[in-house]
Amino acid sequence: MIPPAAKPVSAGPLVDISELHFRYGVRPILAGVNMRFGRGQVIAVMGGSGSGKTTILRLIGGQLQAGSGSIRVSGQEVGALDRRGLYAMRRRMGMLFQFGALFTDLSVFENVAFPLREHTDLSEELIRDLVLMKLDAVGLRGAHALMPAEISGGMARRVALARAIALDPELILYDEPFAGLDPISLGVTANLIRSLTQALGATSILVTHDVAESLAIADYVYFVASGKVAAEGTPEQLAKSTDPFVRQFVDGAPDGPVPFHYPAPSYASDLGLAERGIGASG
Amino acid sequence: MNATTNALAAIGAWTLDRIRDIGDAARFFVRLSLRAVPALGRYRLLRDQIHFVGNYSVVIIVVSGLFVGFVLGLQGYYTLQRYGSEQALGLLVALSLVRELGPVVTALLFAGRAGTSLTAEIGLMKAGEQLSAMEMMAVDPLSRVIAPRFVAGIVAMPVLAALFSAVGIIGGYIVGVQLIGIDEGAFWAQMQGGVDVWNDVGNGVIKSFVFGIAVTFIALRTGYEASPTPEGVARATTKTVVTASLAVLALDFIMTALMFSGS
Repeated sequence: MIPPAAKPVSAGPLVDISELHFRYGVRPILAGVNMRFGRGQVIAVMGGSGSGKTTILRLIGGQLQAGSGSIRVSGQEVGALDRRGLYAMRRRMGMLFQFGALFTDLSVFENVAFPLREHTDLSEELIRDLVLMKLDAVGLRGAHALMPAEISGGMARRVALARAIALDPELILYDEPFAGLDPISLGVTANLIRSLTQALGATSILVTHDVAESLAIADYVYFVASGKVAAEGTPEQLAKSTDPFVRQFVDGAPDGPVPFHYPAPSYASDLGLAERGIGASG
Repeated sequence: MNATTNALAAIGAWTLDRIRDIGDAARFFVRLSLRAVPALGRYRLLRDQIHFVGNYSVVIIVVSGLFVGFVLGLQGYYTLQRYGSEQALGLLVALSLVRELGPVVTALLFAGRAGTSLTAEIGLMKAGEQLSAMEMMAVDPLSRVIAPRFVAGIVAMPVLAALFSAVGIIGGYIVGVQLIGIDEGAFWAQMQGGVDVWNDVGNGVIKSFVFGIAVTFIALRTGYEASPTPEGVARATTKTVVTASLAVLALDFIMTALMFSGS
């Protein structure tokens, strides 16, 4: 693991997670996770499918309740907030869902206008200007009249991003923003995440398993495996890391600390070779 | 012994699940009712939903009402003529429709047309993470999505039931007066004299109002609780039709016993 001294997020983190435990029923997902997300940075949380990355996002957003441990956002303990407090906190957050989660009965324009209409008393003229400004930032001003069914997956992700930043949040959560995108859309989305974070002065938490794009835009990276932080560091540190888990993930090796095979009894016993009188060598 | 114990345990678990389900439904109903009043102030949302659940059900309600009226006219005439009372056909058709068939058949059709549509819409919104997205935008889905649809269903049902009854009476008139040849004056006069505005029409309106609450609530809750998968949404829509239809019939029996026991 990269030494904690290398962390550039030590001063005044926006999100501070310590000793976080969470389980779905009896299945443990997170077992003592510690993370700090500094202000104004893009931080990637990476790990294999089912490693608990999205769960961390949902815990930060208060959609799930931690079993034990602490999650603080701007110094507020998320688990201790009532509904009103949680909603007040979420007004300072934006979240990009894996497939956009656009409202299918509303046009692109109305999707981006949605948080403005719900949370402000702005005039229709001002809402129009703001929505077109946000859509322009993601390159889709010209698509404002289209319905979600009329745009591609990559465009839907960008509209969702425009909606997530509609209220100029201080924290933006991205759940697998690169999943299923073609190389051009992927590059566009990655650049948008980087540039919007800088333009808004926000903190971006990026849950993903896309190594190349994440290392290119992130300031700091956490690798999650088996419910814990398996490695962490800046992209440069991780690129040079000799940690077997980091190497397997960065190089995309099929086998390693994360095994190719799901735990199972021995192949010979599953095939019933002993009962059929076939030796282990045969 | 083991089989008996297992059977008892299964019955116990089933009973506990049902009690928990009733408790959850009651809590959901209270939460929804508390949000229904503020939803009245959201005129645009409400207008769109009344259009969605009400207007889109008009065709099936009108066509069904007409055919039910035709059948009532025919069957009523066959029965009444045995006793030489065919002049009372208008009264029979009107009472059957405003007291029973109007509210009940409308509610059953509403469950099949608008109820399934509401369940599928909410279920798909859940599957597409639209409700979660709303939550993350600090917007309460119960207030923004569910409550306006609930109010729309309650408003639309009595109007649709009135439409069903009106069209049914016209159907009975066409068959009884125009085709069979019953005296037109007797048809309308018997109806006018025998139908009580408060006891018959009023109770019918109350019934359709209650059915509106029940069917819309069942449709919305089933969609809201649906498993967010294609199979889950399909199961939920089926469950809406079955549960809402049984609820309508059970409520109809209870309300009929309470309302018309003295008449």
